Amino acid sequence: MRSLLRIIIIYHFQILFVILEVISISLLLNHNNFQKARFLNITQSITGRIYDKIDNTTAYLSLKKTNYRLSEENAKLKNILERTYRSDELFFFGESDSIHHQHYFYTSAKVINQTVNKQHNFLTLNKGSDVGIRPEMGVVSPNGVIGIVVGVSKQFSTVISLLNLDFRVSAKLEKNNYFGSLHWDGKDYRKVKLDEIPYHIDVNVGDTVITSGYSSIFPEGIIIGTVSNSEVKGGNFYEIEIDLSVDFKSLVYVELIGNLQRKEQIELEELGND
Amino acid sequence: MINPVSRNIFRMFILILFQVLVLNNIQVSGYINPYMYVLFILLLPFETPRWLLLISGFAIGISIDLFANTPGMHASATVFMAFLRPYVLNLFMPHDEYEPGSYPRIYYYGFTWFLKYSLVLVFLHHTFLFYVETFRMTFFFHTMLRVLLSTLFSVFLIILSQFFIYRKQK
Repeated sequence: MRSLLRIIIIYHFQILFVILEVISISLLLNHNNFQKARFLNITQSITGRIYDKIDNTTAYLSLKKTNYRLSEENAKLKNILERTYRSDELFFFGESDSIHHQHYFYTSAKVINQTVNKQHNFLTLNKGSDVGIRPEMGVVSPNGVIGIVVGVSKQFSTVISLLNLDFRVSAKLEKNNYFGSLHWDGKDYRKVKLDEIPYHIDVNVGDTVITSGYSSIFPEGIIIGTVSNSEVKGGNFYEIEIDLSVDFKSLVYVELIGNLQRKEQIELEELGND
Repeated sequence: MINPVSRNIFRMFILILFQVLVLNNIQVSGYINPYMYVLFILLLPFETPRWLLLISGFAIGISIDLFANTPGMHASATVFMAFLRPYVLNLFMPHDEYEPGSYPRIYYYGFTWFLKYSLVLVFLHHTFLFYVETFRMTFFFHTMLRVLLSTLFSVFLIILSQFFIYRKQK
């Protein structure tokens, strides 16, 4: 027993090193599985508050651009308002129970912190569970897909960015509906990769890529970007490079998408799996 | 004269804030991410007990992690670096010994000594950090390039800060 103590005292430096490394690596591994972002909920309310303060001051710098973008989007929304169309009773029949048919709902939030230069990028938003934000809600901007909510505290939420090596989303080519898996390769914050598109179909530079709507997180048809390069690599699939339509470096306001029928869809799909 | 403990704690907070609020928002061409907070470990006094070295490495690493949403990543890299610091100090020992009452600064041991010392430790830290961050070997050379460029940039910032802040210190 005494010799054991002596060994511990002599090698306390090495032993402590191993202990601390084990602690941090296990933190890292648990976190990498990005659904388990619970750890953040505790610390987020502190770091979120600091980021919020700083953002309040820096937001002025991009005020002009933000205003322009918001007014542009307002105009777009006004264009699709019902009253700008001539209503035709044959097609627009009254539906009093609107709740039942609403599939997705939107809510806006402000980005108070984000990174684009890491391999695993995240965003922090200024809304949290107090206003109904839940994990696994989709996040989009007027220009396209941003990411998915992973952690929620009372007033803040973290979002795993499209620019994250762990991020996968199902996407398709708009013109012919062939779908594949979209991911980021960690190199350029303006480009992502689309895999699993079979090589017999025709892919051209400039083709639009949109969300497929299979994941129950994003509705179908949200723009992601345009094809900038495609090559057949190895087997029977294309490796397609996509120019993102979102500029992650100038994000200020984003929209969160909740799927009202997500639970029903997932329950049904799991029923099929068993 | 402020006592060395509170001075080091103060330095730690300044470096964390500088890293999180300024440097984390800097990206040059997608390859260079400077991590200057390791300066804290570099500047700890020679007499720091070795267990305290590891604990402070863990403390500053985990604080950076909390802000960057990467629990464990910076902590593991900084602990690794703190672990190697005594060996690197031994490696670059001038003549006989480090004089008592002196600090690891340019002022005491000269520019070349400090450059070698920080270059080696920052390189080790960045190598560990970037490979843990990528966590796969497929981008080996791409990651290597990022390590090398970021190391140069971080060391540049560290040396620069030494000239700015410790210029007048006796």
